[in-house]
Amino acid sequence: MVAHAQTIHKQRHPLLAFAARWLFTTNHKEIGTLYLWLSFGLFFIAGSMAMLMRLELFEPGIQFIDPIFYNQVLTLHGLLMVFGVVMPAFVGLANWQIPMMIGAPDMALPRMNNFSFWLLPFAFAMLLSTIFMEGGAPNFGWTFYAPLSTTYGPPSTDFFILGVHLMGISSIMGAINIIVTIINMRAPGMTYMKMPLFVWTWLITAFLLIMVMPVLAGVVTMMLTDRHFGTSFFDAAGGGDPVMFQHIFWFFGHPEVYIMILPGFGIASQIIPTFARKKLFGYRSMVYATISIAVLSFVVWGHHMFTTGMPLFAELLIMYLTMLIAVPTGVKVFNWVATMWRGSMTFETPMLFAIGFVMMFTIGGFSGLMLALVPADFQYHDTYFVVAHFHYVLYPGAIFGTMAAVYYWLPKWCGNMYDERLGKIHFWLATIAVNLTFFPMHFTGLAGMPRRIPDYSLQFADFNRMSSMGAWLLGLTQVLFLYIVIKAIRKGAKATDQVWEGAEGLEWTIPSPAPLHTFQTPPIIAEDAVH
Amino acid sequence: MSRRDNKKHTLLLFALAGGMFGFAFALVPLYDVICEVTGLNGKTSTQVALAEEIEGFAVPSDRSVTIEFLARAARGMPWEFRPLEQQMRVQPGTMNVAIFHARNRARIAVIGQAVPSVSPGRAARYLKKIECFCFEQQKLPAGGEMDMAVSFIIDPDLPADISKLTLSYTMFLVSDLAAGSDHAQMASHQE
Repeated sequence: MVAHAQTIHKQRHPLLAFAARWLFTTNHKEIGTLYLWLSFGLFFIAGSMAMLMRLELFEPGIQFIDPIFYNQVLTLHGLLMVFGVVMPAFVGLANWQIPMMIGAPDMALPRMNNFSFWLLPFAFAMLLSTIFMEGGAPNFGWTFYAPLSTTYGPPSTDFFILGVHLMGISSIMGAINIIVTIINMRAPGMTYMKMPLFVWTWLITAFLLIMVMPVLAGVVTMMLTDRHFGTSFFDAAGGGDPVMFQHIFWFFGHPEVYIMILPGFGIASQIIPTFARKKLFGYRSMVYATISIAVLSFVVWGHHMFTTGMPLFAELLIMYLTMLIAVPTGVKVFNWVATMWRGSMTFETPMLFAIGFVMMFTIGGFSGLMLALVPADFQYHDTYFVVAHFHYVLYPGAIFGTMAAVYYWLPKWCGNMYDERLGKIHFWLATIAVNLTFFPMHFTGLAGMPRRIPDYSLQFADFNRMSSMGAWLLGLTQVLFLYIVIKAIRKGAKATDQVWEGAEGLEWTIPSPAPLHTFQTPPIIAEDAVH
Repeated sequence: MSRRDNKKHTLLLFALAGGMFGFAFALVPLYDVICEVTGLNGKTSTQVALAEEIEGFAVPSDRSVTIEFLARAARGMPWEFRPLEQQMRVQPGTMNVAIFHARNRARIAVIGQAVPSVSPGRAARYLKKIECFCFEQQKLPAGGEMDMAVSFIIDPDLPADISKLTLSYTMFLVSDLAAGSDHAQMASHQE
């Protein structure tokens, strides 16, 4: 069988063999790599769109792009960053790491794994192609509120709908695969309470995905039938209600924002103990806190819609529930800090990104608490304050978390250490730039600058100029990141099997670089071993 | 750890995903029921108020509230549509009648449907409509005009802090104007 496969490979043109290898691979490590590169590529595309917006916002007035195109770029930036960058990056990390961390030879459903990845390039090609269509790309923001996306949406909206369907199917299949793997493929002796936290957070994230991605699929299907098949789910003329769109969308949308952060929590919980050379403080409370956050995420969607004229009672209830989320999140931040307390800390690049994650995610968490206050939200709603808030939880949160993970596990993946000096420069430049970009938005937002508008009043000019310069620097530093990753893949100091002095866990017991097939025979986890 | 376990769990999870897809659609009737019960979003009942609902209303002599009327034609609707009176001062528990005027500016007959909304939203369920042009579709011949009535009672249980409410109607186009020539005809006249 093996010999047969090899002869086939020999006969093929090398390019064809290369394509076939990546098209048909069912190996979790190769699929993980595909996910990560797709995410990296789209990160630059969606990032360039942000650069373009910051160019337009550099000065008041309309200089470079017309407002219609601005709306399209803004929409695609949001959609790509959410569905094309953060989510595939986390799925890629899950593919690489989960089997290695639980001692499994591969994912439970390798062929489905291949299919879930290969849906994505087509989904995003379809979404990106809308830019070149007559009538332009979707222009209604990533939240695609009806009737803006139904009655008034451009013709390309239908491509957007189909693209969302494909991504949704991909995410659901990916999530099912991850859950089945975690439930059935753990090495003997690895009980649930011995699983590494990255695995735990991903298990919970995967359940969130299965619960809400079908709701997203439902809402875009309603849009499709409203647009073409005479239904009126969101059209008041036919007895529908546009506000209902927001309810269904945010029923998906709020768990979705936790989908984009929970795996980041898991990453921080892996990295901080390694470089503090201490066990993670409060492992059990971390697990329970993550579950609480996930459960609460289903009952707070209304805080995105306080200004739609909800009954006072609903506003109060949702406000309190939203603020309740600060408790389990606070438990997590406390545990990370307590893990570092009196540890023998060293500050390699992954640790720097992880600490940056904890600190700056917390800033985003606090502005979230401000937004949860109903009376205050009426002022903050749809201003740059909201933009500042969610970029603080997504950039130094989800993106820094992903970068920390890449620096942390890259030596295991490719067998070489990355350039530590360049890694540190990357961290500091990115940290300065991210704050320069997004911190001033708090001020412009509080002063009333509305989001999603390509022009602004003169008094916001200075802060916007700062944001724009910060954004370009931030974009540039990610080119440095690309260089560091490629450099590490090509050459660099050989990594040891354990890679990091304080690293513990199954993935550090296998050779570096990790061979294509690992844990063909499951490892035995000692009875007294702790996570 | 066996293949059978994998298959079982996979099928269960796919069923969960399928169930959630169905749940998204179940949210639609659920939302309507919740709106109906709570008056959320200012949706008033589209049904005639039942006799037993309004029979026992006591009329408090010392209270009166202002009700304002708004009317607008939706996008693409070639009607002129306005209330005859901008506002009324009414006593809760008594029957009132408000008249709305509509004129079809198109060269063809047009059918419209009015959709009501009440502000503040929580007042919606205290507004009981005995008769309303919004209960059914209205038809106007080319250039035709008519007065349409809504008779209503305000429930005396209306919370004390509400002294002013707004009843607004949006008149939507029901006729299918997609048939090219009709559409063109109407558009030309509208200008």
